[in-house]
Amino acid sequence: MEQTLQEKLKILADAAKYDVSCSSSGNNRQNTNGGLGNALSCGVCHSFTDDGRCVSLLKILMTNHCIYDCAYCINRRSNDRPRATFTVQEVVDLTINFYRRNYIEGLFLSSGVIKNPDFTMERLMLVTQNLRLKERFNGYIHLKAIPGASPELIRQAGLYADRLSVNIEIPTEPELKRLAPEKSFGTVLQPMNQIKEGIQLYKEERRKFRKTPAFTPAGQSTQLIVGATPDSDRQILQLASGFYHEQQLKRIYYSGYLPVNEYDKRLPALQSPPLVRENRLYQSDWLMRFYHFRADEILTPEQPFLDLDIDPKLAYALRNLHLFPVDINRADYEMILRVPGIGVQSAKMIVDARRFRKLNSYHLKKIGVVLKRAQYFITCNELPVYRGNWDPGQLKNHLIAECHTKRKKPGDTQLSLFPLIPALSAPAKQLHFKS
Amino acid sequence: MAFLLYDGTFEGFLTVVFECYAQKLAPVDLCKETAFQKNLFIKKLSIHTDEQKAGRVWRSLQAKLHRQNKNLPLLVFLSESTGIEMKLYRFIRRVFDSGRSIETDFGDQDVLELKKIERQVLRETMRILQFVRFQQSRDGLFFAPVEPEFDVLPFTINHFRERFADQLWLIYDIKRDYGIFYDLKETREVVLSEKTFSQTDGKVSANLLEETEETYQTLWKAYFDHINIPERENEKLQLQHMPRRYWKFLPEKSPIK
Repeated sequence: MEQTLQEKLKILADAAKYDVSCSSSGNNRQNTNGGLGNALSCGVCHSFTDDGRCVSLLKILMTNHCIYDCAYCINRRSNDRPRATFTVQEVVDLTINFYRRNYIEGLFLSSGVIKNPDFTMERLMLVTQNLRLKERFNGYIHLKAIPGASPELIRQAGLYADRLSVNIEIPTEPELKRLAPEKSFGTVLQPMNQIKEGIQLYKEERRKFRKTPAFTPAGQSTQLIVGATPDSDRQILQLASGFYHEQQLKRIYYSGYLPVNEYDKRLPALQSPPLVRENRLYQSDWLMRFYHFRADEILTPEQPFLDLDIDPKLAYALRNLHLFPVDINRADYEMILRVPGIGVQSAKMIVDARRFRKLNSYHLKKIGVVLKRAQYFITCNELPVYRGNWDPGQLKNHLIAECHTKRKKPGDTQLSLFPLIPALSAPAKQLHFKS
Repeated sequence: MAFLLYDGTFEGFLTVVFECYAQKLAPVDLCKETAFQKNLFIKKLSIHTDEQKAGRVWRSLQAKLHRQNKNLPLLVFLSESTGIEMKLYRFIRRVFDSGRSIETDFGDQDVLELKKIERQVLRETMRILQFVRFQQSRDGLFFAPVEPEFDVLPFTINHFRERFADQLWLIYDIKRDYGIFYDLKETREVVLSEKTFSQTDGKVSANLLEETEETYQTLWKAYFDHINIPERENEKLQLQHMPRRYWKFLPEKSPIK
């Protein structure tokens, strides 16, 4: 039976949604003479799905047939699911037509592995080639590098794509062997290393010859599944830190494990995806990328898991109370960045603004510092030091309690019983008023 | 000491700044002629817009401001928030009078507020880039309705001209009744006398649409529904990034007939 394009699109979007990567940033590709599209280095999100995630790229699989049988993957060989395969032309048409209507920023193309890695990679490469050369498309293209594909194919893909990624999925080698016996760290790291070297090589070349084409100008990214294996957050962050520094990855995505294959006994039975843990990992990731934290500052060997009650920056401050309070009017930028309740933007504004006058807590509030948190960790002109009589545990509980009262909606309290029976309470008031 | 009135345009505002320097005025407040409320005890003075004077103020501002802030005066003026003229006036005076750059003096209330308003206006500009949705009509024109909170359509022209260089497009501001049209060579401002699209949600009448248009809208909606992970539903986050007021223009969020 022939599937319609719409059916295929539904099946292959469903199959692709567990890949969380979405960004379209990192490259300023210009529109070449009269072609279609360009890329903005800031990236643009064009829509937001009901789960709150952004839709920036048309994220689809070329096919959800797969020769592998990885326990954590919804598209594994042994799953009985509707399967579909796009032709190269179908993907090209969809991309161009969505793009012309400003629905998307570009294409994110991944694929299940059919026949062998080379065959699969070649089809992905063909799509990008057609888009770039035939359609003169200059929008953003994010391509999956299929582990095991030949280096030459990956090199060609890198010349057309803005970003390449290889998903490592499972953070430690023994666990990967257990859940995906057909894969190994080696096969994943091999294309990753190749891409990294490619980027460096082409950069060098570009210095000498201006016309050298760019190789994956927006860099590469990867994804880790969180909660499918017993690996600790510390292991995950150490791995991430290694990727950022040694492999020079642009982004690492953490995907809270969704129990997609519940029958597989190798996987934990979860009620709901570990969303809080995922969020804490992203916060730690941000600390490493924008707040100049090192992985071993966020988690110590004695504490291998992130605290789910408080964010990692606050946890760091509580562990290192001896570094605080920080004097807002004197401390350097790096130290101000470490204060809970002060973000990158506020920290920059503080450093700029204090050249003109001494800042006090009123200024800080206006600038956007969350004083409710920050007040325990800073001194400024007139603000008293709150630290003296707090011990870390006490302060932690205090801050948690405070943020709970803030989050509580009017409906959360026991008193909410009364608004439930407005018919009784409201007219009584009116009567009273009239009399 | 007077109320200064101007015609409501940015040029008019810059002329006011010029006259304040030239005539050594110390305004109590600046406001549009249309917004002025009669007050018995206040002296008022109407300033007539003069392109040349406005140009002089603009050029010297450009020379003084940091490159990041070149557009700041215009952007915050477009916000039309109450009392913006006086804040901007005080800011411009400080920029001219101070020996060094005061643009990062966030301890100063005016500077901080202008920065915040600028951020709001820029966000609205960004949202045009995000949420514009073209509908292709039979004559090959890609049409998109918008209804931005501030009048920021002109700031998006460069982006769309660069991106959609090989297609005819028209982006129309329904609220302010003007649009930008691109004819494959250059862009120009147009006002449509006869409207072939809905005044509320900007949908082009079905008989004028390209045959495949509806197919692609349906495909897009199908894609949008299937890329969602129901187990992770988070409406708050969705609304934070994509407030409801944009939904009526989005094919993925509006029901298809």
